[in-house]
Amino acid sequence: MKFVDEYRDADAARRWAERLARLTTRPWTLMEVCGGQTHAILKFGIDELLPKEINLIHGPGCPVCVTPIELIDRAIAIAARPEVIFCSFGDMLRVPGSRCDLLSVKASGGDVRMVYSPLDALRLARDNPDRQVVFFAVGFETTAPATALAVHQAAQQGVANFSLLVSHVLVPPAMETILASPENRVQGFLAAGHVCAVMGYREYEPIARRYRIPIVVTGFEPLDILQGIYLCVRQLEEGRAEVENQYTRVVGLDGNRYAQAIFREVFHVAPRHWRGMGEIPQSGLALNERYAAFDAERRFPRDEERGQELPECIAGLILQGVRKPYDCPIFGTVCTPDHPCGAPMVSSEGACAAYYRYRRLSCEGARAPSPG
Amino acid sequence: MNREDRSEERPLGPSFGCPVGRVDHAQILLGHGGGGLLTHRLLEQVFRPAFTNPLLDARHDGAVLTVGSERLAFTTDSYVVRPLFFPGGDIGTLAVNGTINDLTMCGARPLFLSVAFILEEGLPIEILYRVVASMRQAAQSAGVQIVTGDTKVVDRGKGDGLYINTAGVGLIMHGLTIAPTAIRPGDAVLLSGDIGRHGMAIMAVREGLEFETTIISDCAAVAEPVQALLTAGIEVHCLRDLTRGGLATALVEIAEAARLHIHLEETAIPIQEEVRGACEILGLDPLYVANEGRFVCFVPLAQKEAALDILRQYPVATDAHQIGEVREGTEGLVTIKGTLGTSRVLDMLSGEQLPRIC
Amino acid sequence: MCLAVPGQILSIAGDDPLMRVGRIRFGGIIKEVSLACVPEAEVGDYVLVHVGFAISKLDEEEAQRVLAYLRNTDELAELEGETL
Repeated sequence: MKFVDEYRDADAARRWAERLARLTTRPWTLMEVCGGQTHAILKFGIDELLPKEINLIHGPGCPVCVTPIELIDRAIAIAARPEVIFCSFGDMLRVPGSRCDLLSVKASGGDVRMVYSPLDALRLARDNPDRQVVFFAVGFETTAPATALAVHQAAQQGVANFSLLVSHVLVPPAMETILASPENRVQGFLAAGHVCAVMGYREYEPIARRYRIPIVVTGFEPLDILQGIYLCVRQLEEGRAEVENQYTRVVGLDGNRYAQAIFREVFHVAPRHWRGMGEIPQSGLALNERYAAFDAERRFPRDEERGQELPECIAGLILQGVRKPYDCPIFGTVCTPDHPCGAPMVSSEGACAAYYRYRRLSCEGARAPSPG
Repeated sequence: MNREDRSEERPLGPSFGCPVGRVDHAQILLGHGGGGLLTHRLLEQVFRPAFTNPLLDARHDGAVLTVGSERLAFTTDSYVVRPLFFPGGDIGTLAVNGTINDLTMCGARPLFLSVAFILEEGLPIEILYRVVASMRQAAQSAGVQIVTGDTKVVDRGKGDGLYINTAGVGLIMHGLTIAPTAIRPGDAVLLSGDIGRHGMAIMAVREGLEFETTIISDCAAVAEPVQALLTAGIEVHCLRDLTRGGLATALVEIAEAARLHIHLEETAIPIQEEVRGACEILGLDPLYVANEGRFVCFVPLAQKEAALDILRQYPVATDAHQIGEVREGTEGLVTIKGTLGTSRVLDMLSGEQLPRIC
Repeated sequence: MCLAVPGQILSIAGDDPLMRVGRIRFGGIIKEVSLACVPEAEVGDYVLVHVGFAISKLDEEEAQRVLAYLRNTDELAELEGETL
């Protein structure tokens, strides 16, 4: 596949790893924010190519992991209503709420459907005028324009039976929360390339300055990630703290102004609760008043009690990189990919799921060297 | 926590000790039919304890029975695919080929099938004609006869139009034990062709995910190449056809049953470009995507070339390759060396693999 | 976040910029996606697609330049004076 395969070149990857090894003179802890980058790192074994001085922490860049439990419970309650067709991306279907997940709702007779795009949900609403179609709008800034366009079209076309359960979150406030924590050990960030394709990367400059931390906008293929890590470590070795763009073929400084215009038309910035991290001000999106009719939270009265996180679950600390999965008292016993208690076990690139997969190769669940 | 814990499964329910934050498994979920971990648990916790006997407990695709001086293979399968018709086949071809392949995986020559239909009230007869015509053709191509059957009709709204159950009997004419327990360290792992076609062909016509493609399901009978291997005297240790759950799931099951380590080379696994493209945009891993006309075969390393030469003579296995090897191990493990030369562990998925955005 | 995959625009339909859609080829399969966020994209261009939306146009020249750079790291190492 063009513009994909070339960035998976094994020889080039090896050379970049060697270059990185020559560059690194002391331990550094980096965090990649985006779940898609974590996925690539695990799938291609990139962390095994890195010199051992470089410690990669997988950040909270995954909507699966950060959607608050009460919103999942809300989704489940709405999906169980007989008049509702509940549409969601595949990622969210197995995330546990307080008692069950969306797939269980489907098993109990709820009409839960997986969609590829918010526009598919809108089409379902047009095709089923006698049903209420609710779309679970999760995702970072990358996904917000798509959701916004669906709502905008719904308004223009008068599709009144369509509504959104909004769970969009923004990356920079999460990064700041991590950096502001007294337990923070992150020294450099790989910023999410696709989020930046939409938003640009100006908003990272104050963060880099305030916390004196290098931030490199990074792509998703192995060579992108290796180069992103290289640029980040080079800054650390040289004592710089700037925002750099590795993903130049896709990301510009100002991002995509059309995409931004579309989602600003529909959404405004609001506080949002992040699962495992608590409420972060100005970190989420909420529907603007003129689109309020499309808000599923207003359309469907809340009649369920508020959800409870399992007290033993330390997902939040794991997402911030402050604890490892094997520090958790229920890791691998009560909490497994088959019975996940928290989001990092549900998501296949969540830290807990990844560690679980490697449990038989080592003791203490620590990531083992390559078995090949 | 190690793999052995799985054999003494904790029962589902309050004794598990954690009421909050857990998925409620008091009901059957779609994932229980996915071929992965949930299916596995259902088998281990509900069916096997109820029906246990040595033949069943051998845990293979079909049962190998001794009747008089003959060995027979006996298997059954049910087909609930939606949509009923998809590029490259339909529920009928799936049903006939699926059971033929299960028998083949025991090393048997498939001979006779039974077919039972569960029809939904209101199903157009024309659809039934088409399915039955496909079944006839598939059976004829493979030289098997459909010798008995049954039909039931359920109320409108209680079935997806049409469900089919098939059972099959085949004759085992070799003296080998073909099972995971026969696999030895050093064996070569052979794959009969490219993967992921069936699952992606179905995805392409599934509501909400439609895309334009010429991906055709690989649904086919694989009896001929396998029989050729056996007739040529290849010492086949194990066979497994790849169905739901894909290549990875089949190998994890085999590794666990054999208590050995299977190591794969990702670059050796053929995947059609279209399948790759579809998997990329939906975020699916082709290793876990369903197939219906592919199998893996474990043979001693010394016979690998001879086996591949034989397989490649058959249209359904022209793209056969060695994709890995078996290593010593104390418990089941599957690892794969990827394109960058690093290796990762392959595990069973909990339920169906779902498209993702993240 | 964000699974986004590059694909080539084969055809475009729709006059209203927000309703513009394109048939995009991804390694052999074709899917229709919204081009509302990339009004400047034309047939033959590569775009990055996420959940049925093109979120960015790929700068092909930049892509070639980056690729050449990523693959020729040995020469660069010498230029930058990195020696063992």
